[in-house]
Amino acid sequence: MALPQRRNRRKHPLRFGWLFLAGLLLVACDGRQSAFSPNGFNAREILFTSWVLFVGGAAIFVFVMALAAYAVFARGERFPGARAWVIGGGILFPVVTLTALQVHEFGLARRLVTLGETPALTVEVTGNMWWWDVLYRLPDGEPLRSANEIVIPAGRPVELLVKAGDVIHSFWVPSLAGKMDMIPGHVNRLTLLAEKPGTYRGQCAEYCGAQHALMAFEVVVEPAERFDTWLTDQRRPVQRPLDAFLARGYDTFFSYGCQSCHAVRGTPAVSTIGPDLSGVGGRQSLGAGSFGNNVGTFAGWIASAQHLKPGNAMPSFNIMDGEDLRALSAWLESLK
Amino acid sequence: MSSQDTGRTSSRSLPSPLPRPPEELATLKRVWKAPQGFRLLTAVNNNIIGVMYIGTALLFFVLAGLLALAMRTQLAVPENNLLDHDTYNQFFTVHGTAMMFLFAVPVVEAIGVYLIPAMLAARDLPFPRLSAFAFWAYFFGGLSFFASLLFDAAPDGGWFMYPPLTSYEFSPGIRADFWLLGIGFIEISAIAGAIEIVVGILRTRPPGMTLDKLPIYCWSMLIMAGMIIFGFPAVILATALLEIERAFHWPFFIAERGGDPLLWQHLFWFFGHPEVYIIFLPGAGLVSMMVPTLARYPLVGHNLVVLALVGTGVFSFGLWVHHMFTTGIPPLSLSFFSAASMAVAVPSGIQVFAWIATLGKGRVQWTVATHFLMGFLFIFVLGGLTGVMVAVVPFDWQAHDSYFIVAHLHYVLIGGMVFPLFGALYHWWPTLKNTMLSERLGRWAFWLMFIGFNVTFFPMHITGLMGMPRRVYTYPGDLGWNLLNMVSTVGAFVLALGVLIVLVDMARDVLGRVRRAADNPWNAGTLEWIPNESYAVRSIPYVTGLYPLWENPNLSREVQSGAHFLPGAPTDRRETIVTSPIESKPQYLMPMPGPHWGHFLAGLFTAAHFLCLTVQLYWISLVPAVLAIASVLWWLWGLDKGEDHPPQDVGGGWRIPVYVQGPVNHSWWAMVVLMLVDGTAFACLIFTYLFLWTVSPDVWPSGAASLPGLEWLGGGLALWVLSGLAILWASRSLGRNKHWFVRIGLLAAILLAVAGSVLEITGQIGTGLKGAESAYGAVTYMLAAWQAFHVAVLLIMIGYTLARSFCGLIYAERRVTFDNTMLFALYTVAQGLIALLLVHLFPRLFG
Repeated sequence: MALPQRRNRRKHPLRFGWLFLAGLLLVACDGRQSAFSPNGFNAREILFTSWVLFVGGAAIFVFVMALAAYAVFARGERFPGARAWVIGGGILFPVVTLTALQVHEFGLARRLVTLGETPALTVEVTGNMWWWDVLYRLPDGEPLRSANEIVIPAGRPVELLVKAGDVIHSFWVPSLAGKMDMIPGHVNRLTLLAEKPGTYRGQCAEYCGAQHALMAFEVVVEPAERFDTWLTDQRRPVQRPLDAFLARGYDTFFSYGCQSCHAVRGTPAVSTIGPDLSGVGGRQSLGAGSFGNNVGTFAGWIASAQHLKPGNAMPSFNIMDGEDLRALSAWLESLK
Repeated sequence: MSSQDTGRTSSRSLPSPLPRPPEELATLKRVWKAPQGFRLLTAVNNNIIGVMYIGTALLFFVLAGLLALAMRTQLAVPENNLLDHDTYNQFFTVHGTAMMFLFAVPVVEAIGVYLIPAMLAARDLPFPRLSAFAFWAYFFGGLSFFASLLFDAAPDGGWFMYPPLTSYEFSPGIRADFWLLGIGFIEISAIAGAIEIVVGILRTRPPGMTLDKLPIYCWSMLIMAGMIIFGFPAVILATALLEIERAFHWPFFIAERGGDPLLWQHLFWFFGHPEVYIIFLPGAGLVSMMVPTLARYPLVGHNLVVLALVGTGVFSFGLWVHHMFTTGIPPLSLSFFSAASMAVAVPSGIQVFAWIATLGKGRVQWTVATHFLMGFLFIFVLGGLTGVMVAVVPFDWQAHDSYFIVAHLHYVLIGGMVFPLFGALYHWWPTLKNTMLSERLGRWAFWLMFIGFNVTFFPMHITGLMGMPRRVYTYPGDLGWNLLNMVSTVGAFVLALGVLIVLVDMARDVLGRVRRAADNPWNAGTLEWIPNESYAVRSIPYVTGLYPLWENPNLSREVQSGAHFLPGAPTDRRETIVTSPIESKPQYLMPMPGPHWGHFLAGLFTAAHFLCLTVQLYWISLVPAVLAIASVLWWLWGLDKGEDHPPQDVGGGWRIPVYVQGPVNHSWWAMVVLMLVDGTAFACLIFTYLFLWTVSPDVWPSGAASLPGLEWLGGGLALWVLSGLAILWASRSLGRNKHWFVRIGLLAAILLAVAGSVLEITGQIGTGLKGAESAYGAVTYMLAAWQAFHVAVLLIMIGYTLARSFCGLIYAERRVTFDNTMLFALYTVAQGLIALLLVHLFPRLFG
């Protein structure tokens, strides 16, 4: 279709193209939480289909816009056909393309569904306002509880059973897979097959109240054998430390009643109201993916959780003695 | 010009002889004179109400747009502290709710109120006071909804308000109730509008305008009204269930007691998806009117476009699950909805190519409206393509609830509706008071809006797939979203500047910087371009084609000289011709209600009632409720006039009565439409019952032991059947003018209905069932409460009918009021029987 370039001042397709290119450049920068940087079977398959859709969509868009421009600027006598466009472009073309697209989609959906038939590991993830409860169901012995970070082996399909503890949340790690809603009264299933070790960020995708924006988490993908070691390490009970300063932190934990919400494996703290803290020092972030993880942020979080993430269930312990706070932070940070 | 001339050139077959008697026009002007000063509040004419309606909707558009600017400013940079989470969450909820419910739906109805009678050359819509009532309720309700922001009491659950987040446990206080208040008004005005539009289009067309000659905009509005009739009941029911759960803790959506949060999503989106097309179809209809005018060529594939509109209406009810692709619904049913969602691209494609072909065949005039149409085409096609993308289920798993969706929905809604709307403002502005908006400012506005729009929303596709979820008040700075967000924010301000220019342009015109327009400045072919006064057109033209003004260039002059139908006001009051629904043959001359305080006060008190409920002044709320009902009855009292004039000559040899009753009457049609709405809501309630049972059969009673005995069922059935027989007996007696039998029949009908309702509730209470205990108890009592509500309405209607009977205003030849009450009574009886059978037999059969 020849475009009358001289009179076409609108240049729509060009602007479209520039924005697209600009977007692609940005995509290259960071891929911790991006559907454009797949590191899982699921996300990679979807991205391929996405490109089919983008390229096909762009071609159709450019054609329709060019036709519209020609229609507007060319003389009526020179515009070929009338009803034929309506029948050809409005009925035949979409019916054929959309049928092809459906066939493609069925193939994709089948590949994604069959992936989860024989999982190597099952993890229950429960969304709460505004953190993630994680429970590894292990074939031998009792389950392992954690929070706000999911460690999985690379190259093995992992079945996630996602649930909700209060309101609806949605589990989304764009680099690994599409999202799955967590709905009270329902248990939904999502299978991850991570390809490369690394850390991928996920975030709640269904609006869940005040701090929906600060409800994130990490998925840490370890090489399969390191994962097995990690699992063994995690199952060791935590002891009262020998170091006096860390022991003071341990005692502070109990004297301030932290155990009424939190659990630390092997200690008298067993409550499941709040996140399990057994390996908290080894995680990538605090406050459900909201802050970095070091002694300083621990202290800040304990002293002013309500300021950092208003409305969350953790009170601000701003009355705590400074030395106690430092000791408690140091002890928590030592729990790897 | 002289009417003599016109008379000579074309009087051979015109309906009314020329010249017309000189006092005729004076009478017409006098009876249609608009009230002045503060009495403007009592006005009912569609020209006045339509303009106030459009103006109010634009006001809410601007307010909701300002909230969007605040949000974009917050998101311009990562970890911004401009708005705290609480303010931000209220802003996006109010923005979405107001844009969908206080702007988009009302504005398309408002344009319909303004344009439909003009396109049909009818003197007004068939129920002028109903339109005015709906407008005032919406006006006061919308203002109080926005006022909630000032008191930090605005809803913060998102515009689709998913429970359990929005139920009593996680949203105590009155914020969520303000959302329910806001949507309550749009429910009222949408239903009122749908009745107006259906009856208006099917019954007040000009003679000769058979259905195949109906302007395409009217087709789009007719289908839109049909979608309101079958779509809105689901959300009416859903909001009722949520409000009841919040007030009485009946667990419809609470999983621990047998409810299911997904029930809300099904009901909401069963409405919510058609809602998108309720907004888009009128926009498409406007485009299909403007394109032929601006291309100076009849719409290519007119019949296919009508089919496409019908197809969109039908398909739109099969798509709602595509809002729920990530809820864990089994893949097989997902693929059905995926296919249906793609299929809806076909009717849109038909329209797009019909517009392009028309533009191609014609010779385009470049007006501001043309610019907006081209912008619309660009944006809407892109939005349609991303729509096909999100219909692909696995793609949606990534895109859902991310900024990709934010981009997509703004492309289809702003592209599909706002751009046509602004084009339409410029295009039809001359019909308002014969002035033009500025072509220069209009072009500036268009380019700013078009560039601003794309700069705002195109990057969001990328932001979303890069992992940014929607509805976040802040985001970390290290995820690569910073630049994209900044660009979007800049674009938003450019877009806003474009809108501002349009407002300035309109203000200049209103404040007196007048540019006179020629009659029919774009040389359009349809009837709304015939010069037009408060009484609409001087005479109602005989229509012979789709573009009457193109086919007969003299038509406008003939009409103005009074040579067509109903050139005056023969019974010395407001009236219009009612025609048959398909052939459009004159049937009777309907007297139309004029200005009144009743509908204004009814709107005011309805708003006051809901506002009292929202702020939990339950007892005080009864006062405005009673006043609102009293105002409605006051406005109705003078309406059913009977055959107070002999049949009138309206021209063309048609001598038609001024009163008919039975199924030909327009209010019978309105009742039927209302019953379709009501019946759909009831069907949704039955769906709720069955859905909750499939989710939690364990909370249903097993066996008959914990159910009321079969004698309760038998008694109830008998009462309802007797109530129905009583009203039928009253009807028969009315035909024979046996007035005491009529009154006894009416009284018996309502007493039996009250007894039936009380019996059902008593029977359930007798088993110890509690509504708050389980989903079974909740839905069982909900069915009883639903029926009791209908009986309460019937009580008012029968009381009113009895009062009229005692005043001698109902007799065999004047029974429209009685017939309406009878229709509602029979509906209530049927609904009562079905509810009884379901509640008593279902647990016995499947428990």
